Amino acid sequence: MTTNGSTAERSGVEVRLEDLERRYGTTTALDGLTLTLSPGELVALLGPSGCGKTTALRLLAGLEEADSGRVIIAGKDVTNVPANRRDIGMVFQAYSLFPHMTARQNVEFGLQLHDVDSAERRERAREVLDLVGLAAHANKFAHQMSGGQQQRVALARALAIRPKVLLLDEPLSALDAKVRSRLRDEIRRVQLEVGITTLFVTHDQEEALAIADRVGVMQAGRLEQLGPPTEIYSRPATPFVAEFVGLTNRMQGQVRGGSVEVLGARLPLVDPQVADGPAIALVRPEAVSVTSDGAAQSGPLVGTVIAVAFLGAVSRVTVDLDGTPVLAQMPTSAAADIPAGTRVRLTLRPDPVLIQREEATAVPA
Amino acid sequence: MSRQRRRRLQLFRAAVFIVMGAFFLIPIGSMFEFSTRGNSLTAPRNLDAWQNIVKTPELADAITASLELAAITTIAMLVLLLPTLVWVRLRFPGLKRVMEFICLIPLTVPAIALVVGMVPIYRWLNINLSDSILTLAFAYLILVLPYAFRALDAGLSAIDLKTLSEAARSLGAGWVTVMLRVVVPNMSTAILNASLLAVALVLGEFTFANLLAYENLQVAINYVGLVDAGTSIAVAVASLVFAFALLMILSFFGRRQAPMAKAEEADFQLSQTVGLSGGLIGRAR
Repeated sequence: MTTNGSTAERSGVEVRLEDLERRYGTTTALDGLTLTLSPGELVALLGPSGCGKTTALRLLAGLEEADSGRVIIAGKDVTNVPANRRDIGMVFQAYSLFPHMTARQNVEFGLQLHDVDSAERRERAREVLDLVGLAAHANKFAHQMSGGQQQRVALARALAIRPKVLLLDEPLSALDAKVRSRLRDEIRRVQLEVGITTLFVTHDQEEALAIADRVGVMQAGRLEQLGPPTEIYSRPATPFVAEFVGLTNRMQGQVRGGSVEVLGARLPLVDPQVADGPAIALVRPEAVSVTSDGAAQSGPLVGTVIAVAFLGAVSRVTVDLDGTPVLAQMPTSAAADIPAGTRVRLTLRPDPVLIQREEATAVPA
Repeated sequence: MSRQRRRRLQLFRAAVFIVMGAFFLIPIGSMFEFSTRGNSLTAPRNLDAWQNIVKTPELADAITASLELAAITTIAMLVLLLPTLVWVRLRFPGLKRVMEFICLIPLTVPAIALVVGMVPIYRWLNINLSDSILTLAFAYLILVLPYAFRALDAGLSAIDLKTLSEAARSLGAGWVTVMLRVVVPNMSTAILNASLLAVALVLGEFTFANLLAYENLQVAINYVGLVDAGTSIAVAVASLVFAFALLMILSFFGRRQAPMAKAEEADFQLSQTVGLSGGLIGRAR
């Protein structure tokens, strides 16, 4: 890697957000958020618009002030330290390169403010531009670069000052799908190479699950669940997390003795300590198997395929089960045998599921 | 576009250019012609009126005073208005309408009413502070506020001020650095527009100076015109040429920066300013 010497020196710092609260008039954007980022860790905050994830990042950056709570970077309370003295690097959702400067000048801007001498400035600008693969574009202005290139220069600019923390505020949302996926991997590669503690804010679950060490799912200013991507996906702590991350089937069932009976199958519960009674089970599409043996023409788990969506290696099959659409995910090669109109039998894999109680009597979506 | 249509468009452009050119140049040419006439119809042409500009001390003083006033007003306007507009946009966006309303008030109040309101202030200023003509800069600052506000506001709207300033802040920049190294370079066309408007307005201002008993360029032209029409016309032509030269400079800067910033916005601002300045210069006469 190109940042050779500097990388070894840096291993990231711990960042703590303690009981942060932020209100805008009567709206509570952050409601007692507590979050700790381990040194060198990449944590993604995921949630719908208005859940408070960007507010959390802006409070950490010092671009907004908290009503209460503390921000601690590397053991130092920086709650009242202005943004320009927090030693953070930030990449924004909107293109933020200074239009009157070239890529190199943009990168050198922060270094100038940190009193780095001219020769070292040039060297460090070359290093970080090389790190993001844009050394050849150093003399281009923002309007001469694509959106992806601009965001990479913005990343280089943020890293050039060797900040303690890197903050990424939906940096990929303005880019098209292909560039987004490539740059997402690039950000992760650079973050791992540099070893910097990083907070990444996004509303795109695929992005968050793909690159984060841990994902924090937020709703209404609160952290619903924080954990590794696999845990968030396979063992969601709340119905909101289950429904927000990945697709979920809502199936009516009956809780009895620590498990739930759905469509004739008995599934274990994530939380077995729930009272017996009717409930809605949240079942992932990949936990639903579809078979078409020709013999299954009737029964409680027999339905009709109404749509097959090709997603590449896998396909998503929608089955009409007595008026309730059920999503199933399967290899595309298998899905090719069950076109729309085929009668199929569903089988539920006994993965632990979450249940929702308050809407138990409602018709499943 | 068909060839015939393109040709017709070119002809139309040429016709508009010629008509507009004639509209501006014929009066100026006539004024210049008048300023070179001798004292009688049969007298040979000469440049006495033009030489009188520098030979008449009152006129030279008035020109100097007006240029100084233009410079002071422009600088004061930029120092006062630009940071305020930036601050309102970033920290108190809800006050934007209030700010706009305050800045546009001078446009709705007739100059004579403004002067009447200012007479007691200037009487106090003359006694307690200074009776220098440069104190007129206070009044001119109010006068240029609406035009400068419009130009600067358009410039600020053309950039993503919030993101750029936050990016600079995150890189370690204080507010002064943000202003001088990020905001100002990215709205230089708007700043030039606002400055040109201020200069054009101050150089063409008559009512305030005359009623407050100061002798600026326009007042001096008026006085000189009473005794020597040729010289007063020569000064008028010179000030018009000066204003046009400023417009050309602005146009040059605008075109040079257009590809670097957002070309369409720069052109839009420029056309706005050219239109507005033309009106101001016309009114000043």
